[in-house]
Amino acid sequence: MAAKINKPRLAVWKFASCDGCQLSLLDCEDELLAVAGALDIAYFPEATRGAVKGRYDLSLVEGSITTRADAARILEVRQRSRALVTIGACATAGGIQALRNFADVREFMSVVYARPEFIDALATSTPIADHVHVDFELRGCPISKRQLIEVISSYLAGRRPVTPGHSVCVECKLASNVCVTVAHGTPCLGPVTQAGCGAICPAYNRGCYGCYGPMETPNATSLTDRLRQLGMDDSAIQRIYRSFNAEAPAFRNQGQRRGS
Amino acid sequence: MARRTIKVDYLARVEGEGAFKVVVRDGVVRSAELNIFEPPRFFEALLRGRSHDEAPDINARICGICPVAYQMSTVHAMEDAFGVTVDGPLRELRRLLYCGEWIESHALHIYMLHAPDFLGYDGVIDMARDHGHAVRRGLALKKVGNELLSLIGGREIHPINVRVGGFYRAPRRRELEGIEEQLMWARDAALETVKWVAGFDFPPRERDYTFVALRHPHEYPFNEGRIVSNRGLDIPVSQYDQHFEELHVERSTALHSRLRSGESYLVGPLARYALNFDRLSPLAQEAAHEAGLESICTNPYQSIIVRAVEVLYACDEALRIIDAYVEPERAAVTVTARAAKGFGATEAPRGLLYHRYVLAEDGTIAEASIVPPTSQNQASIEDDLASFVGGYLDLDDETLQHRCEQTVRNYDPCISCATHFLRMNIDRS
Ligand code: SF4
Ligand code: SF4
Repeated sequence: MAAKINKPRLAVWKFASCDGCQLSLLDCEDELLAVAGALDIAYFPEATRGAVKGRYDLSLVEGSITTRADAARILEVRQRSRALVTIGACATAGGIQALRNFADVREFMSVVYARPEFIDALATSTPIADHVHVDFELRGCPISKRQLIEVISSYLAGRRPVTPGHSVCVECKLASNVCVTVAHGTPCLGPVTQAGCGAICPAYNRGCYGCYGPMETPNATSLTDRLRQLGMDDSAIQRIYRSFNAEAPAFRNQGQRRGS
Repeated sequence: MARRTIKVDYLARVEGEGAFKVVVRDGVVRSAELNIFEPPRFFEALLRGRSHDEAPDINARICGICPVAYQMSTVHAMEDAFGVTVDGPLRELRRLLYCGEWIESHALHIYMLHAPDFLGYDGVIDMARDHGHAVRRGLALKKVGNELLSLIGGREIHPINVRVGGFYRAPRRRELEGIEEQLMWARDAALETVKWVAGFDFPPRERDYTFVALRHPHEYPFNEGRIVSNRGLDIPVSQYDQHFEELHVERSTALHSRLRSGESYLVGPLARYALNFDRLSPLAQEAAHEAGLESICTNPYQSIIVRAVEVLYACDEALRIIDAYVEPERAAVTVTARAAKGFGATEAPRGLLYHRYVLAEDGTIAEASIVPPTSQNQASIEDDLASFVGGYLDLDDETLQHRCEQTVRNYDPCISCATHFLRMNIDRS
């Protein structure tokens, strides 16, 4: 047990989400036992019993803030964490549940629940960084296992994680994928989407739908013009930007730029 | 008056955020409640106005543990609305994809979430110290499921290759052959899993369940079949709403699914198995019998054996599909949208997952309704808690609490899915 004391303590927190990003950690079948050897997995309710106790050296946070209770809880998580890393589009951009931000949340509630008055739901779904300082954001819906392992190992080594800032387009070139837009005229968000997935969709003959969110300096305006040339109407353009990263500023702006 | 409350504020090793509370007064169980405080994400509301072809990717995000189930129920409902049938190799590929999800999801539950209860550990990492061999086998088995998902779906969580009408790209034969060897290993590992879990200690609890599952004329059910029960129900999926209802419980915002006749019912591995034992492969049937199971199992703790049998079946079925696979000419059939209603139900790892859509002429979603397995099982989970606690009041609080947790985990409840439909308890105290 003595060795355990010196191991960094890891916590995995969940807010509004589908559990997919934290599942990515359990999906690291080859690395999981090694990770468990290097870190003390001190709080990870999806995987193990054990109560919130003390401070954590590394907190992985999944999910977005959608309730008053969660807005308070994230402050506590921040206080207990030396480093806080957000994992996935819900945590970094509000997730698909941020579509309520463009609608009336009370109307949304009344569609799903018979007694909406019992439900604690904020009008918006917001990323964790809107509420507390975030040390690093890992993108994707879901995140990539490879990048998650990189985040954990870089933390253990005391360096900053290395994740590429370029677009999915670059990953397509690296993978020698045929460009789906050039070859088939398929609309694709690859030119403005942050790399990390390995350009999966084009490899399966479909356009990227932007699940990793906007890259650092996207030229989304020119892509939108291109999408229009490819035959997408305003409503289709709005919808393609308004999915899992709808609240990420670059996508939000394009989603609102209608009829121009 | 002796009052005793067994309470767990944050239920571990389930997918999502939940809690439970059992109140005992003078030796009598007064109430047993499973509370859900997972924040709602309003999928049925946000789907309105989206195109039918966006729904498979959006719905996948309801649950990271069973995205394929959401995608499959979605595409089948849409195809039902548009009068399209997907058959031949594309239909087989969908079954193959589902095999991957069953293997992955069941292996996760058996080894990482449920087995620690039987062997007395807080979680799989602790368990690995003493049961390293078994844990490594479980992880490797889970990995094979994930690799099958990645091969066909593009990635294991939220696959990108599923569309209304079929797929974006159908795999080449040689790609599928590349995973055969791993699947053969997995089939052996599944067989060992059945034997391993059959050796656990099971509390002798039998319940007189109303089982509900799909039933197909020839196959153990994934995507198709009629909805049947062990009490004579036998209906097409389109009649689900006539026979099942979501009841609004007075004291809360709960929507409990019940049969309109008033009974609660059970979906999931125990139900599928009891209603479809004769559709399992000979190997899976034999393994079940050797593990001591009859063709019907009514002990919820033994659901872990039934899950293992289903993993074995999924490996067997995957190998059969790959062996017979002929590359389809096209990856998807053409779909023409029309104004219509569509119904779909498939067998998620946790049980029947029902979808209904009303679509406008251009294929835009006007109305969506989704009933996941965990909301259908909520009443059974609570009944189980109540009856379990009643029989074990002599246990000390800690043991009893742990046993209650195990009782809930028997159902592999997926709270992330269920959230949109279950009782909301916003009180975190
Ligand atoms: S980002 Fe996507 S995969 Fe991750 S928790 Fe949110 S919905 Fe799930
Ligand atoms: S190609 Fe785009 S949509 Fe597809 S997985 Fe990668 S980032 Fe996500």
